Amino acid sequence: MSKSILLQGGRVVDPSQKIDRVADVLLVGDTVEAVGERIAESAQAREGLETIDCRGLVVSPGFIDVHCHLREPGREEVETIASGARAAAAGGFTAVCAMPNTDPVTDNQAAVGFIIRQATLANAARVYPIGAISVGQRGESLAEFGEMVAAGAVAVSDDGKPVASAHLMRTALEYARTFGIPVADHCEEPTLAKGGAMNEGVVSARLGLKGVPSEAEEIMAIRDILLARRTGGHVHLCHMSTRGSVELIRWGKERGINVTAEVCPHHISLTEDAVEGYNTNAKMNPPLRTTDDVAALQEAVRDGTIDLIATDHAPHHYDEKEREFADAPNGIIGLETALAVNLTWLVASGIIDVSTLVEKMSCAPARVFHLPGGSLRRGSPADVTVFTPDEQWVVDPARFRSKGRNTPYTGKTLRGRVRSTIVGGRVAHRDGA
Amino acid sequence: MNLSLGKDLLGLEPLSGEQIRLILDTAEPFKEISERAIKKVPTLRGATIVNLFFEASTRTRVSFEFAEKRLSADTVNVAASGSSVSKGETLVDTARNLEAMRIDMVVIRHGASGAAQFLAERIESNVINAGDGTHEHPTQGLLDLLTLRDHFGKLDGLKVCIVGDVLHSRVARSNIWGLTKMGAEVGICGPRSLLPNAIDELGVTVFDRVEAAIEWADALNVLRLQLERMTAGYIPSLREYNRVFGVSRERLERAPHEVLILHPGPMNRGVEIDSDVADGPFSVILDQVTNGVAVRMAVLYLLSGGRPELAEAAKSGGGSPSAKGKRGDE
Repeated sequence: MSKSILLQGGRVVDPSQKIDRVADVLLVGDTVEAVGERIAESAQAREGLETIDCRGLVVSPGFIDVHCHLREPGREEVETIASGARAAAAGGFTAVCAMPNTDPVTDNQAAVGFIIRQATLANAARVYPIGAISVGQRGESLAEFGEMVAAGAVAVSDDGKPVASAHLMRTALEYARTFGIPVADHCEEPTLAKGGAMNEGVVSARLGLKGVPSEAEEIMAIRDILLARRTGGHVHLCHMSTRGSVELIRWGKERGINVTAEVCPHHISLTEDAVEGYNTNAKMNPPLRTTDDVAALQEAVRDGTIDLIATDHAPHHYDEKEREFADAPNGIIGLETALAVNLTWLVASGIIDVSTLVEKMSCAPARVFHLPGGSLRRGSPADVTVFTPDEQWVVDPARFRSKGRNTPYTGKTLRGRVRSTIVGGRVAHRDGA
Repeated sequence: MNLSLGKDLLGLEPLSGEQIRLILDTAEPFKEISERAIKKVPTLRGATIVNLFFEASTRTRVSFEFAEKRLSADTVNVAASGSSVSKGETLVDTARNLEAMRIDMVVIRHGASGAAQFLAERIESNVINAGDGTHEHPTQGLLDLLTLRDHFGKLDGLKVCIVGDVLHSRVARSNIWGLTKMGAEVGICGPRSLLPNAIDELGVTVFDRVEAAIEWADALNVLRLQLERMTAGYIPSLREYNRVFGVSRERLERAPHEVLILHPGPMNRGVEIDSDVADGPFSVILDQVTNGVAVRMAVLYLLSGGRPELAEAAKSGGGSPSAKGKRGDE
C-alpha cells in the first residue's frame, strides 16, 4: 500500500493546466492522483493518508532549478550534493540541475553516475547532472554526450568557462541534436571580460575596479543564436544580465530560432550599486548591472523573452569571500532565497502574477530541459511546492541548509516562504522542521 | 558643525569640501616644522604607526615616514616581501595580527582597489590609504591641492587638466574628487583607450587632444604612463604616446598663458613629460614632494584626534593627545 498525501484547501496554481483556484491535490505513491474540489471525502478512506492543511497557501508543481553548483566532487567543504539537495528542498525546489564544474570535471559517464548515486543517497531534491561540453571544460574537444546522457545527464554546458571557439560551439549544437538535449552556454567573450570584477560603468570607474562591458555577454549571445540558426540545435543562454541580450533573444525568437534563456533572481532585483563598499557578496559573473538592465530583464520575464528563472547557486567558503574584491571568487548562493526574491521583486511589485512565476520556476524549466515534473496532471511525479506568497521574513544566512553563507540579501526583508516541499510523494522539507 | 575626519582617510570622494579645506589649512603650520634645523615636535609621542606597503613605493613611503617621525610617532615599516604576506597570509589575517600588537594607526599601500577600506572595516586603528589599486590615493590628491592653492592662492574656479592614463590611475580619481569638491573645474585628456568609458558621468570635461587641454587649463597634472600599458595593448608605443600626448615645451609655448605643471612621480622623462618641462620654470613637481610631508602630518594629526585650532600650538609641543586612549577626551 503506497503512501498518500492530501494537500487540502490550498490555492492550486498549475499553469501547465491553466489552473489557479482553491482545490485539493491528492498524491498517491510517487505520482499525482487528482486535483479537484471534492476529492477530500473519497481520499479520507485511504489507509495511511497524510493530510496537509494548505488553506491560505499556494500549492504548485515543484520548482526546478536548471542551474546550480553543488561543488561535489572536489569542494565538499563548501557544499555537497546532500547539503545542496537539502538546501534546494528548503527553497521549494524538487529538482535541480548540477553544473559540471566539479573537480574532476563532470565530463564522462562515470562522473555523471557518481552524482546520481550521491543524489539518491541524499534523498532530498532530485539532482540531474549536466555534463561538460568539452573534455575537462578545456574548450578543445567534445565530451561524450551520448554516454553521459545514457548515464543520466540532461544537458551539456561548459558552465563558467565560456565556449570561446565558435567552431566547438557549432559542433556541440549539431552533435547534441542526436540526444535531444540543450547546450547551455555562459555567454562571455573572454578577451573583453578578462580581469573584470563588476559591471563596466560609472560605479566601476569610481571604485577603480576593472569592468566587464555588457557587450562581452551580448557578443556571445548573438553568436550562439546565429549558430543555433545555422545548426538547428537548441541553445540555452544562461543567466542573461543585460538589456541588449534581451533584445537579441527577442530577435532570435521572432525568427523561430531554437533559443531559450534564463535569468537569475539577483539580476532582476539588484544593481551594480550593491557592489558599493567593495561588497564581495555582490560579486558574481555575469555581474550585477544597471537599473535599466534590471527593468529590461523584468519585462522580458513578463513577456516571455526570458523562458525561466534559475539560481546559479554558487556556494563559497566564507573566508574565500573575506578578501580584496578583485581577488574574491564570483558567485552567490540562491536556492533558499530564490522564491522570496522573485515574489518580492516580480510579484509583489506587480510585474507578474503568481501563476507566471510558477511557470518560470517549474513548468518552463521542465519543458526546456525535458525533465519530468512541472505539472500537477494526473500521473505526473508527486513533486509539489507549498508556499505562502506574502509572509515576510528577514534573511539570516545562519539558518540556511546550504553550507554557503555568501548572499547579498543578508538582513533584507523578503516576502514569501516555502512551507512544504514534496519530492516523489515524500515530504522533503517542512518549514520550521 | 563637526569637521572631524572620522576614523580613517580612505579617499577624497567621501569627504566634504570643508573637510578637505580643514586638512589643507592644518597642513600650513606643519610646513614650517620641516624648515627647522630640528625637524621634530612631540605631537604624536607614544603613538605607534605601521606603514604597511604591499606595493613598492619610495616617495610615498618615505614621505609618510618623515611625517610620522617629525611628529615623534614610533613607526614600523612592513613591506610585502620579507613579511608573512609573501608566505601567503591573507590581508584579514595580517590586519588581525597587527591589531593584536595594539597599534594606533596603519598606513596601507595595496594593489587591490578597496584594500584600505577592507582593512579599516576590520580593525579599530585609524587607517590611512596610501594608494589602493586603481581606486584612490587621497594624500597625493591633497598634496596636489595644497600645491595648486599655494601657487594660485585659491582652488575655486581653477581649471586643472589631468593628462594620461586615467583608467588605471588612483591619483586621477583622488584629484577629480578633491578638485571638484573645492570648486575647481576638472579636465581629462588622454587616449580614449586609457580613459574610463563612463568618464563623462564623473563631472569632468574630456579633451581628445593635449593641445586643446593646454589651451584650456591653468594647470596640468601629468600622470605617469605605466610601461606595461603598451604590452597590454592599450596604446601602440611609448614613442607615439609622446608624440601625440606628451607635454612638451613646444606645446606649452603655443598656449595663450602660462600653465603650471604637476606630476605625481616617478616620471618617465621623454614619455608623458619632456625633461625641459619637468625641470622648467612652471614645474612645481618638487614643491609637491615638499607639501606631501606637511599634508601627511596634517592627516596624521587630525586622525589622531588633534584639534585643528591647536595645530599651530602643536608646533611648539602641546595641543594634541598623543596616543589613542586620550582621543576625544577634551
